[in-house]
Amino acid sequence: MSDVAAEVRDLRMRYGAKEVLSGVDFSLRTGEVVAMLGPNGAGKTTTIEILEGFRMRSAGEVTVLGQDPARAGEAWRARIGVVLQSWRDHAKWRVRELLRHLGTYYARYGTPEIARPWDVDELLALVGLTAHANARIGTLSGGQRRRLDVAIGIVGHPELLFLDEPTAGFDPAARREFHELVHRLTDTERATVLLTTHDLAEAEKLADRVIILAGGTIIADGSPDELALRMSGNAEVRWTRDGQRYVHPTDQATKFTRDLFAQFGESVEDLEVRRPGLEDTYMELVREYEQ
Amino acid sequence: MNAIRLGVGRGWIEIRHTLTYWPDLFQALFFSGISILVLFLMRGHHVPGTSFSLGSLTLPGIIGMNVAVGGITGVTALLAVDREDGTLLRAKATPGGMTAYVLGKITLTSGNALIGVVLTLVLGLIAFPGLAVTATGLLTLIWVVTLGLLATIPLGIALGSTIADPRFLTLIVLPFSALTAISGIFYPITHLPGWLQGIGQLFPMYWLGLGVRAALLPDALKSVEIDGSWRLGYVLLALTGWAAAGLLVAPPILRRMAQRESGSRVAARRERAMLRAT
Repeated sequence: MSDVAAEVRDLRMRYGAKEVLSGVDFSLRTGEVVAMLGPNGAGKTTTIEILEGFRMRSAGEVTVLGQDPARAGEAWRARIGVVLQSWRDHAKWRVRELLRHLGTYYARYGTPEIARPWDVDELLALVGLTAHANARIGTLSGGQRRRLDVAIGIVGHPELLFLDEPTAGFDPAARREFHELVHRLTDTERATVLLTTHDLAEAEKLADRVIILAGGTIIADGSPDELALRMSGNAEVRWTRDGQRYVHPTDQATKFTRDLFAQFGESVEDLEVRRPGLEDTYMELVREYEQ
Repeated sequence: MNAIRLGVGRGWIEIRHTLTYWPDLFQALFFSGISILVLFLMRGHHVPGTSFSLGSLTLPGIIGMNVAVGGITGVTALLAVDREDGTLLRAKATPGGMTAYVLGKITLTSGNALIGVVLTLVLGLIAFPGLAVTATGLLTLIWVVTLGLLATIPLGIALGSTIADPRFLTLIVLPFSALTAISGIFYPITHLPGWLQGIGQLFPMYWLGLGVRAALLPDALKSVEIDGSWRLGYVLLALTGWAAAGLLVAPPILRRMAQRESGSRVAARRERAMLRAT
């Protein structure tokens, strides 16, 4: 298996006179979870659809699992998993029936390293749908349907999985379960995952790396920590003294805290240093870009 | 080989769904049921100048019609709906999925048509003793129906790939109904003005109906047909012609449509559908 799952160089997309992507460059390393963030209309969906092989690009080089998705065949397709936002398909089918059926398409693409497809009962247990195995898909709740979509996306043991806003509409418990599922996938399967989300806490929790797309170009690319460090100027120190609560923004949190103790000693209580999270970083970067 | 196995498996699962899901079953049998009921109610009427009941004369046409409805409007509707709900995109996202999807629809449509034909035939034979089913007739029925499916399903696939929205299905159903009216199924085509006869004979519905009439009616009744003949040679020719044209045209149209399917397109259609619903 190559170290690079996908490579994108100077990707451009134009619809008529409107340029949606104007030179996008990034790569996905094998086994990495990458979150693609950006305001609506930034070109996230277009980028992912080009990588999925669902959309033709205007210019640039794209290599996904060693092939150009615009020309890749069915054997390449078997190594890709896609989970989109708006599946409503196969409503009359039953959960196990559909998973078993779709699994058979992958059987001939199994390799000694990667068994295909995934065992249906194991997969049902993994996404927590065992109790609904014989339910008609049209009767599933939104969260159950979403978990089925994930199961279908991974039934062929993909080496690269695309997740488009995977937890939109999830309640907090379902969201946590889903995060655990993604961790399990990347830990035990060494799958590469590219996901889009508007939930920055989710990106921070799941992603090894974050790519921020705005106005058709990438404005930031790095681990959530690296991105946050760029903004470290805006840390916030909170403490209480004599029952009074204090908040102080500073660009030198360590020095400020040292001085604080030097001055007030033991009377400083409930000390908290808040580094900016991914959300603050994201807001700041997008605002900077837009100006 | 693998694609055929997957596609037929897919079609078989969907036939099972039709048979076990009562709204689908109702829809599948509605047309045949109503037709047979109407024919049964007019069993007292006879073909002018004979003692042959008008119902028995019309029944074979109904069988031919069943095949054409399933092949053209049925497939068109299936494709339009599957595009809107993402089934087609799912097929595109699966290795070998598109081929299996198409083969699955062909299996489903053929299966449904076969069930319709057998059911109509059995009920018809009970209700109208005038029908003459011979071994040769059954053989004719088999090739006419098979060729009829081949002539109509590719048309359905081509039309279904062209329709962007299930709401536009009426654009297919209305002209189809008009063509049915002049296809000699409910009313002998020889009683229509010459130019309408010409138009009727351009389309596969007429030839399907004629072929099935040839298979199931006593030989004497060919006197109501054009040229006083079953013209089976022409039936073969016309249906083969439509099948060839359809098989030539449908794959590239389907491929072009499928190529353009993507998540954002399905999402956009869904949004439009939701707007309509509210």
